Amino acid sequence: MPTAVRNELRFILNSEVVHLQNVSPTLTLLDYLRLQRLLTGTKEGCAEGDCGACTVLVGRIGPKGLVYESVNACIRFMASLDACHIVTVEHLADVNGQLHPVQQAMVDFHGSQCGFCTPGIVMSLYGLWLETPKADAERIEKTLQGNLCRCTGYEAILNAAEAVGQTGNGKDKLVVTHEEISAKLAELKDGSRVEINSPEGSSIVPATANDLADVLENNPDATVVAGSTDVGLWVTKHMRDISPAVFIGNLVDLQTIEEDDAGITIGAGVTFTDAFEAISRSIPTMGDLWDRIGGEQVRNMGTVGGNIANGSPIGDTPPPFIALGASVTLQKGSATRTIDLEDFFIDYGKQDREPGDFVRALHIPKLPDGDKFAVYKISKRRDEDISAVCAAFRVRLDGAGNVENARFAFGGMAATPKRASAVEKALIGKPWAEAEIDRAMALFDQDFTPLTDWRASAEYRMLATKNLLKRFFLETQGDSVQVVRHTKTLAGA
Amino acid sequence: MGQTVSARSSKAISGGVHTSRQHDSAHKHVTGAAEYIDDMMVPAGTLHGYLGLSERAHATIKSMDLEAVRAAPGVVDVLTAADVPHNDISPSHLDDEPVLTDGYCDFYGQPLFAVIAETREAARNATQLAKIDYEDREYKIDVVEAMEADYPHVTKPLKLENGDVGAALETAANRISSEMRIGGQDHFYLEGHIAMAVPGEDDEVTIYSSTQHPSEVQHMVSHALNAPSNAVTVNARRMGGGFGGKETQGNQFAAIAAIAAKRHNRAVKIRPDRDDDMIATGKRHDFHMSFDVGFDNEGRIEALEAVFAARCGFSADLSGPVTDRALFHTDNCYYLPNVLLTSRPMKTNTVSNTAFRGFGGPQGMLGGERVIEEIAYALGKDPLEIRKINFYGENDRNVTPYHQTVEDNIIERIVGELEGSSDYQARRKSIIEFNKTSPVIRRGISLTPVKFGISFTATWYNQAGSLVHVYQDGSIHLNHGGTEMGQGLNTKVAQVVADEFQVDLETIRITATSTGKVPNTSATAASSGSDLNGMAAANACEQIKTRLVAFACEHYGVPEDQVAFVPNHVQVGNQLIPFPDFIKQAYMARIQLSAAGFYKTPKIHWDRDKGQGRPFFYFAYGAAVSEVSIDTLTGEYHVDRVDILHDVGKSLNPAIDLGQVQGAFIQGMGWLTTEELWWDDNGRLRTHAPSTYKIPLASDRPKEFNVQLATWSTNKERTIRRSKAVGEPPFMLANSVLEALSMATASVADYRICPRLDAPATPERILLAVERLKKG
Repeated sequence: MPTAVRNELRFILNSEVVHLQNVSPTLTLLDYLRLQRLLTGTKEGCAEGDCGACTVLVGRIGPKGLVYESVNACIRFMASLDACHIVTVEHLADVNGQLHPVQQAMVDFHGSQCGFCTPGIVMSLYGLWLETPKADAERIEKTLQGNLCRCTGYEAILNAAEAVGQTGNGKDKLVVTHEEISAKLAELKDGSRVEINSPEGSSIVPATANDLADVLENNPDATVVAGSTDVGLWVTKHMRDISPAVFIGNLVDLQTIEEDDAGITIGAGVTFTDAFEAISRSIPTMGDLWDRIGGEQVRNMGTVGGNIANGSPIGDTPPPFIALGASVTLQKGSATRTIDLEDFFIDYGKQDREPGDFVRALHIPKLPDGDKFAVYKISKRRDEDISAVCAAFRVRLDGAGNVENARFAFGGMAATPKRASAVEKALIGKPWAEAEIDRAMALFDQDFTPLTDWRASAEYRMLATKNLLKRFFLETQGDSVQVVRHTKTLAGA
Repeated sequence: MGQTVSARSSKAISGGVHTSRQHDSAHKHVTGAAEYIDDMMVPAGTLHGYLGLSERAHATIKSMDLEAVRAAPGVVDVLTAADVPHNDISPSHLDDEPVLTDGYCDFYGQPLFAVIAETREAARNATQLAKIDYEDREYKIDVVEAMEADYPHVTKPLKLENGDVGAALETAANRISSEMRIGGQDHFYLEGHIAMAVPGEDDEVTIYSSTQHPSEVQHMVSHALNAPSNAVTVNARRMGGGFGGKETQGNQFAAIAAIAAKRHNRAVKIRPDRDDDMIATGKRHDFHMSFDVGFDNEGRIEALEAVFAARCGFSADLSGPVTDRALFHTDNCYYLPNVLLTSRPMKTNTVSNTAFRGFGGPQGMLGGERVIEEIAYALGKDPLEIRKINFYGENDRNVTPYHQTVEDNIIERIVGELEGSSDYQARRKSIIEFNKTSPVIRRGISLTPVKFGISFTATWYNQAGSLVHVYQDGSIHLNHGGTEMGQGLNTKVAQVVADEFQVDLETIRITATSTGKVPNTSATAASSGSDLNGMAAANACEQIKTRLVAFACEHYGVPEDQVAFVPNHVQVGNQLIPFPDFIKQAYMARIQLSAAGFYKTPKIHWDRDKGQGRPFFYFAYGAAVSEVSIDTLTGEYHVDRVDILHDVGKSLNPAIDLGQVQGAFIQGMGWLTTEELWWDDNGRLRTHAPSTYKIPLASDRPKEFNVQLATWSTNKERTIRRSKAVGEPPFMLANSVLEALSMATASVADYRICPRLDAPATPERILLAVERLKKG
């Protein structure tokens, strides 16, 4: 049966249902709000999803029903917002001007100075308060990873965020209207494919994953846009033309997470936020890594599949997934093929992906009992930074304490995510002992010739990589050898 | 008419001085209603500008083919140097800074042309279509390379000299020569540069600019347009952060917007993208400092000779006073009996560096603290011990390298109290114990002091004006020459006015800074905003009050001492008249209810050629203790705890001052830790957006952060309500973070070697220092 086609976007903006035709595929939510709707409370600070001044909430019907999440309006395309509820800072105070509790706390605790980051911070804290009214300092910090403030030093903002936890969210507008909005969004999500042709190019929002396959067969050169945390920058920073663009962020059949004895299968459209629970529960140390990928807004938008599909040598998920022996399923038309993730990355900017292919799912085998595993990320700033080095180690020892198997995979050390085969080889069959580790560390020089750039020098990358093997070894011995901000059980080993 | 005195409410006014009040725009900030320039309703037909930037560090431009740019959809005009009536916006008046460069480029990212189009997107897209033919020339990016290549100074160096440094170095018991590199810093104000020009009649133009210095924008626009200053009005309601980055750097955008607006008789708005903002506008200066210090066996400094070379970029901008201020703060709290300090403001093929919170002071002070640290490690002592024996005396040993006597020294009390309240000694002992048994994680602790000189060293800048109107209904309109960038200046000045008239703060309306209301203002900079504008506003109030008192005496037939301004009333004899009623009476009696106030800082003078004078009216003090942990396998670190005691005199608004101290510390910490500027071999800045340039996050805050104001302090000088400046001094409290990292690093060699960490101390620098020290 051919899929019904509709030629307009339908969404809710604050209290208003909007039907929008003639949308450019590169129109961002931020420009729509500021330039077309004159809703100027949402600010542009960086146009790359790093500062959070443009933070708004987007309500979407996901696997768990209607959820509101903070997103970066600057890199979010309008065409990705079909059947969503966009909530901006203008929606918070009531009609009489009475401030929302989050806003009032920010005023009471002197949480604003220049005020430019403030609407974004208010929206991030609002999103948190809806989800977890009584959040602790660690959770608040995590929420604010994607919000830069240059004036306050954050202390006053944290005080405000903690104070607002005293107020319950039961009477909040979005809580009260939850069912009404859910019903309205369900009605807007009418099962149609959306196709919009504008003078600036065309946008397609497929109705289902299979519809996506059809769309890509007919448009093999289309740009696939999932969370737009990468493609967004192609537009805002490089002014690239992405037409025809295919928006897959609302395909719920790509957002499934299946767990069984063999492992986890994650649909390519699952966001980092949605994957967190399963990933952090089942794979040691991965929760800590996950919390350091982008800021919360980016994790709410970005997908695991996108982090693989874009083929970046500095993406944070390929090293651990390669170390775990993950595979990736690609789909073209109705045909699928599954390859080792390691083999997906061919060279810088080149993946085993043909026109019309799209990443359908990622399979992460269960870490066998007894295997030791850890992933480490080294960056200039702890949170919301891109790795200088991302290192994943997995080792299996035999009964005698010798290394039976080793898989060590790295990001930031080569043109693709890559294993340290010389180091692995040198350790296999050897005792898992410090002297062997020290010997093996030198062999990283055979495996890698890293680059010097603004994130780190080649010298540092190499030295840190070697030392991270040492760290992994020490942690398998039960030593606590990391600097920790919030004490929690360091899983792994 | 009025109440009797006995009926009078004794309730104090709301929002008077010395009380904590919210930022005046807090409500508007949290609702998104606070209007920044890009949020303003624009006039019909507004055009948008975008700059085309050079892609070479140093080149002759053989040709610029802009045909495709002109032909691009929506493009209305393309401006080049030839279209600029007077192509100079040099704030140093050295004629070294063009609006648009003509036939050459001096750094990667220098504006070559400006596209004017119907939309910003159209203008921005069109800039990509230019074909520029460059002929490359030699370039130097780094300050040391520039010195080695005999690059010129962009402005005249300064020398500060006292005693006989040569002889004292010769006879000193101990001597160390060393050097240090200190990185620059991007301001990363959340609101980038922006200007909108609205053309008026004749040669008039009105500018809306995100600027800390409306008068300079006015002068530069009039200069560029070849129009008198009275043709140009500049308005600035608020900035989304400034930090010095909007002291001179907004001139270019305003000038181009104005030129285009006059050419097309349409409003023109220019807002660069974040990347272009970071590439094309100046930053904090990077420094290279080399020194030779002589000291006795106790660690008392006998002589210090130091050279501070700065990466100034292609033009002078404010590099003269910035490098001067580095020298003014090398002494920090320490007496240097024999001293010779020299600045070298080096030209480099980089963007012209500019003002940034502290204005060279942080770099000078950090260099001075490195001297202390070197002495401490050489003698095997706690650096705090070396600090204390070198503190300025209160009655002797109190003359600075610039021959000003320190008259208000409170550093011993500040440091003593903080040392106690932070439990410094016990914690240091336990950290040393911890390090003995911890192979990978090492900890460090440091207490560093701050003494910061308050006043513009350009003495004429220390003046300010205000304009106060009292309307017939008793409501008050306040205007002054300072600009609001988040620091709460408007709130504080309004508190002063409320206090003067004894009316509730809500009675005062704060209005946008405008060159049409208060002329010839100075930059809101050098932490001087409240000192200068608070005094100027108080002066205007006094003038009006004087007239009101005279009126009351005449009208009610009472002597002057029978008239008083009491909370929300005027007391005349035994009558208590509500303020609005009294004002109405004064109006009916034809009393002038408006005044222009003025203030100039007393006592200061400075002879730069001699290197002598009293450049500073007073000093602000503070101290911080930082404790950190480092991972010696990766260089990663964490700031575990910070304790601060800071002096703001008698605070005008403790809540705002506390926010300034906290924010300045975190910003300083960013400068010394994660904020790294990195140029590639082509001289191109590659850290030009938040994805690559990392300012502190909420999760970088010290895990425990105890910040106190020294509530006992009061300014010895007669400043506005005895308060002290607060914008810049606490920035340098973060020096303690670098030195704590240094101690943790030094532990791997048993504290025998000064780790000589350069700034910023990224994880990479820490790890490489650990490796260096391990090798001995």
